[in-house]
Amino acid sequence: MADLSELLALGIADARDGLRARRFTARELTSAYLAAMDEARALNLYITETPERALADADLADARLQAGHAEAMTGMPIALKDLFCTEGVRTTAASRILGDFMPPYESTVSGKLRAAGAVLLGKANQDEFAMGSSNITSAFGPSINPWRVTGAGVGEALTPGGSSGGSAAAVAAGAAIAATGTDTGGSIRQPAAYCGVVGLKPTYGRCSRWGVIAFASSLDQPGPIARSVEDAAIMLGAMAGHDPKDSTSAAQPVPDFEAALQGGVKGMCVGVPKDYRVDPMPPDVEAAWARGVEMAKAAGAEIVEVSLPMTKPALPTYYIVALAEASANLARYDGVRYGARQEGADLAEMYAATRAEGFGAEVRRRILIGTYVLSAGYYDAYYKKAQRVRALIAQDFSTAFQSVDVLLTPTAPGPAFGLNEKTEDPVAMYLNDVFTVPASLAGLPAMSVPIGLTASGLPLGLQVIGRPFDEASVLRLGRAIEDAAGFDRSPRLLAGGV
Amino acid sequence: MSLDRDTVARIAGLARIRVDADELDGLAGELNAILNWVEALNAVPTDGVEPMIAVGATRAPFRDDVVTEGDQADAVLKNAPDPVPPFFTVPKVIE
Amino acid sequence: MGQVIEGRDGPWEMVIGLETHAQVVSKAKLFSGASAEFGAAPNSHVGFLDAGMPGMLPVVNGVCVEAAVKTGIALNAAINLVSIFDRKNYFYPDLPLGYQISQFSDPIVGKGHLDIETEAGPKRIGITRLHLEQDAGKSLHDQDPLRTFIDLNRAGVGLMEIVSEPDIRSGEEAAAYVAKLREILEDLGVCDGNMEEGSLRCDVNLSLRRPGGPLGTRTEIKNINSIRFIRQAIACEAARQIEILEEGGKILQETRLFDPDIGETRAMRSKEESHDYRYFPDPDLPPLILDQTYVDQIRATMPEMRGDRRRRLERDNIPAANVEIITSSAKSMNYFTDMSENFEDKILASNIMVNEIMPRVFYRNSNPDIERLRPSEANTIINMISSGNISGRQAKEAFEFMWEEGKSAADVVAERGLAQMSDDGAIKALVDQVVAANPDKVAEYRSGKTKLIGFFVGQVMKASQGKANPQAVNALLMARLDA
Repeated sequence: MADLSELLALGIADARDGLRARRFTARELTSAYLAAMDEARALNLYITETPERALADADLADARLQAGHAEAMTGMPIALKDLFCTEGVRTTAASRILGDFMPPYESTVSGKLRAAGAVLLGKANQDEFAMGSSNITSAFGPSINPWRVTGAGVGEALTPGGSSGGSAAAVAAGAAIAATGTDTGGSIRQPAAYCGVVGLKPTYGRCSRWGVIAFASSLDQPGPIARSVEDAAIMLGAMAGHDPKDSTSAAQPVPDFEAALQGGVKGMCVGVPKDYRVDPMPPDVEAAWARGVEMAKAAGAEIVEVSLPMTKPALPTYYIVALAEASANLARYDGVRYGARQEGADLAEMYAATRAEGFGAEVRRRILIGTYVLSAGYYDAYYKKAQRVRALIAQDFSTAFQSVDVLLTPTAPGPAFGLNEKTEDPVAMYLNDVFTVPASLAGLPAMSVPIGLTASGLPLGLQVIGRPFDEASVLRLGRAIEDAAGFDRSPRLLAGGV
Repeated sequence: MSLDRDTVARIAGLARIRVDADELDGLAGELNAILNWVEALNAVPTDGVEPMIAVGATRAPFRDDVVTEGDQADAVLKNAPDPVPPFFTVPKVIE
Repeated sequence: MGQVIEGRDGPWEMVIGLETHAQVVSKAKLFSGASAEFGAAPNSHVGFLDAGMPGMLPVVNGVCVEAAVKTGIALNAAINLVSIFDRKNYFYPDLPLGYQISQFSDPIVGKGHLDIETEAGPKRIGITRLHLEQDAGKSLHDQDPLRTFIDLNRAGVGLMEIVSEPDIRSGEEAAAYVAKLREILEDLGVCDGNMEEGSLRCDVNLSLRRPGGPLGTRTEIKNINSIRFIRQAIACEAARQIEILEEGGKILQETRLFDPDIGETRAMRSKEESHDYRYFPDPDLPPLILDQTYVDQIRATMPEMRGDRRRRLERDNIPAANVEIITSSAKSMNYFTDMSENFEDKILASNIMVNEIMPRVFYRNSNPDIERLRPSEANTIINMISSGNISGRQAKEAFEFMWEEGKSAADVVAERGLAQMSDDGAIKALVDQVVAANPDKVAEYRSGKTKLIGFFVGQVMKASQGKANPQAVNALLMARLDA
């Protein structure tokens, strides 16, 4: 049996090789992670831990390994964002309104991972209904970023980002070998950047949304959060594929993403959109971006400056579209068929009390905005207008992709911020998504890869955006940057009173 | 466009979310801040641009007309608050 | 005309538009794989989507799309190759998603028309549109003193909403419109037309105006489930509106229910507070796109409509009374078509249909027992008659035995010894026997009294116990006597 810290240091690719060579068992690997979860408990990474299920899954994986028909994910201890419905395992969307909802079905993506032999460690913390960029909207309290500012104390905890904050923080803290996330406007990429891990939002339609609790249907997309580009590629392969139960799922073949990594970036044309800037642009972010461009060039890519003039209107467009869809998607939480009902004298009071008590402040705010922009007299001015601008944003990208293969941008306008910052002003919080929402609106694959640390010791990520269904190119450039950056992914843990 | 108390109350009614009277002004302020911010969109010319309503798949696939689920009242009712099997229940509605 | 109501101080004219909800005949629901069958145990035909469970997604049932296209074609309407599913947002306990998936701005079928017969002659009623949408579940208010019970079996069943132009001017026209629409839906096989079970139900939009004057405010009477009630509800609501208008009052635009027991409409208390449905395209469903070839194929395989079939039966010289009975339902028409397939004597077939089949198979018109006596079996029997294998009397017996004993035509004929004797050898033996027994009659015949052939035929038939084929007997006798 291998040493615990040695086991925890392995990514998916190495663990797979170790399991197949029988250097350690899936049970040993899983036990190491269960111990690491104990260690990291102060980070509040999981809403529901499933240690018994994990060990049972691990034993099944060992049997498969023994029998010689293991797949890449067999025996990999992972976390699922608590937005993926899991049969017989409480699923909350980090909301009070779902109560102790026990899904009688398994989401397609988590089912595929399970069928591939992955081990479920638990359900990761997140923003309530994936609505947030900081994890503070979770009804179960926020996850905490395992990174901290150099020299900072326990009291100065940072957000892991959001909404897939628990997933990203769990991977960064070594409390899961990898995790699923979902990305609506940046919910995989931004927390990955804040936590110094890799997060990939696939092309819209690449991974099935069936069984994933919806925030905004035209934007939501499941994807992997992992320690390395290679791990993300392997995990994406197990998550992706056409699902006839999801009308928006793409009938596209799933390439061997791991094999596609080998291609390199020589001759690849990388676009650098000059419009991806905020005012003022933090020097750390600017410098990291420039470093990334140099790395791409050094690896043999050709760099082209491109223009995406619709970048600025993308953020308000995103909020109108996402909140309108959310206002309808969240109408089913009415206390009638499942979830936590609040009593009322009559039906109207029951509804109003259930939804007022069950949803947190940010979710209520977003439902109200979404309801308003769809309401009589405002639909054309807000929603239809936003859908027109959305068409222009998508057009922007397809024009750019006529001359470049991928785009390289910062993932977020800064590093992780303090858990108590930006909570007063919702708009300030929304600005975290400024670089991630354009690709979401256009349905494009996009990945955040760590590039280095700020002066204060916090990770920054760069975003690679690709053509529809060309995750392979995104992964290749991500891999080149990862190789060049030599990012040290060991965070300074806040957990356990360190 | 600016939201007043009454509009917030009407929207909250539509969304079936109870908002107490003393919360209305604060909420109106927050919502207005967001709405003022999204109004930046008005500056974008969109004449002749078709609204984008589908992202990935370009057409709805059809399912075959076969029964694939049912006879699962237990599973359907399992998470229900205050069920009277085989029914869900709500406070009495008068039509 | 009958279209103007004489009021206290002048005539009134009704302006009526109908919204008809027709439940699509399909095995599964519009967007889920749960059964669409009527009458199952509560909440047993419920998929996780139908219960509005988190993360569940809709996929449209191709058969429902096809039904809408067929109906659109039969209504002479434009088929829209691109249509959109929208969400219609409102809260109600029998609406599990908090929205109904429907079609709002871009329905699958556009403008068309339907021709009806009125006392004043034929009249064309415009069709505004037809769209697909989900049915809601059922709320049971009378099971418990404090609670309303919810059964979601109906939730998500496919409906076609067919909207007429406000071209209807009387209760009679409304009734004729619904009857004609039901006939078309039944003929197409897209809706069973059963109004009692709610497979077909109507909302009536009614306003009054001075003839030729501006339109008045309309009310909507919801969910009327019989043609008789439509006529009654219109009469009651028109009377109510006239009384208000003549008292100088105003009509409130509202939704009302018709209570047939007391013959009144009353305003609904629920669903009234807001009509802000916030329609927007359902982001879970890409546009519904049809290929022209798909529509053309459906057009090419449209079943015969009842009017056309009536004309065809009349061309076959089938007596008018029989045509009327056979075309009374789509199922009886289809039965007759199958039964008389490849059969020349349509008049004989129609008589068999009316005298033998209708009283048995179609004794319950809404739910015929076709399995018990299938058209293919009836076809076997009528072919036996025409080929002379059995007589008309034997056919009558055969139908009785088949119906009572549930046996096939071949088995009944064989077991009951109903087959005619058409074996020449056996008949010849009987002919010889009769000729030998009646030498004097033979002599008379041969001397020119040829009318005696009838006597000989009778004797041979008697000897065969009625089983001999009369034509064969006749031919063999002639050959023997004339030899």
